[in-house]
Amino acid sequence: MHPITPVHYLVLSAALLMIGTLGVLTRRNIVIVLMSIELILNAVNINLITFSNALGNLNGQVFAIFVITVAVAEAAVGLGILLALFRNRETVLADEIDLLKW
Amino acid sequence: MLTDTILFYAFASLVLGGAILTVTRRSAVHSAIFLIVSLLGVAGLYLLQHAEFLFAVQIILYVGGIMLLFLFVIMLVNLDQAAQERQFSRQWPLSLACVMVVGAQVTYFVYKGAGAFQLAAPKATPAQGAGNTEMLADVLFSEYLLPFELASILLLAAVVGSVVMAKKRV
Repeated sequence: MHPITPVHYLVLSAALLMIGTLGVLTRRNIVIVLMSIELILNAVNINLITFSNALGNLNGQVFAIFVITVAVAEAAVGLGILLALFRNRETVLADEIDLLKW
Repeated sequence: MLTDTILFYAFASLVLGGAILTVTRRSAVHSAIFLIVSLLGVAGLYLLQHAEFLFAVQIILYVGGIMLLFLFVIMLVNLDQAAQERQFSRQWPLSLACVMVVGAQVTYFVYKGAGAFQLAAPKATPAQGAGNTEMLADVLFSEYLLPFELASILLLAAVVGSVVMAKKRV
């Protein structure tokens, strides 16, 4: 069996990124779109930690902490917006929220 | 070494399986549960890469914090109606094709550039003596002190913003 190299982690992270992107692009339910964004940010974190580990340098892990911080802020604000939206429009489907559509 | 390989594939299948089920399930609660599985797999990968502090942060913050928030919102927002409608937008084959093409490109280039990642391989074992958390704190509070303080302002803004957004009457 091959030993696990950084390349394995990078391919895994790319696959996770693609699944997350697919979720953002195709799902109609905004809650699940927000969950897909969390998947994308996790793919980024896997990348950062892989390079941090491969290069023996801790800066990557510090950046991963900042990415997690931003992800938390994004989820809180996103879900707040979603609640306000649901109160006004009674829907959570992304393509029915088309007030700004020309 | 063999244990590492087995654990990597176990966690990787957890991550990818959970992610695929997250974006394909009909019910939002099921999606949230599978997202938890996927995030736990990511936490395991952190542990495999000697990032113990981030392993704990991942479980406490993501699984304990963010997913709780998601589940609360799913309970607050009436999703029964949404669950009976079409789950995917009409252009999903096009999106799938685009994502497949980009994924193939990324994988191709990662394999092609694989040789470049071996540069610093000898330093794979980090300096012993201090734990991962301690070394991380050293870097975070010396080199990245300003970004650290800025992150607290960002979090304050996010807290105030989400409260204002979710309030009934501003």
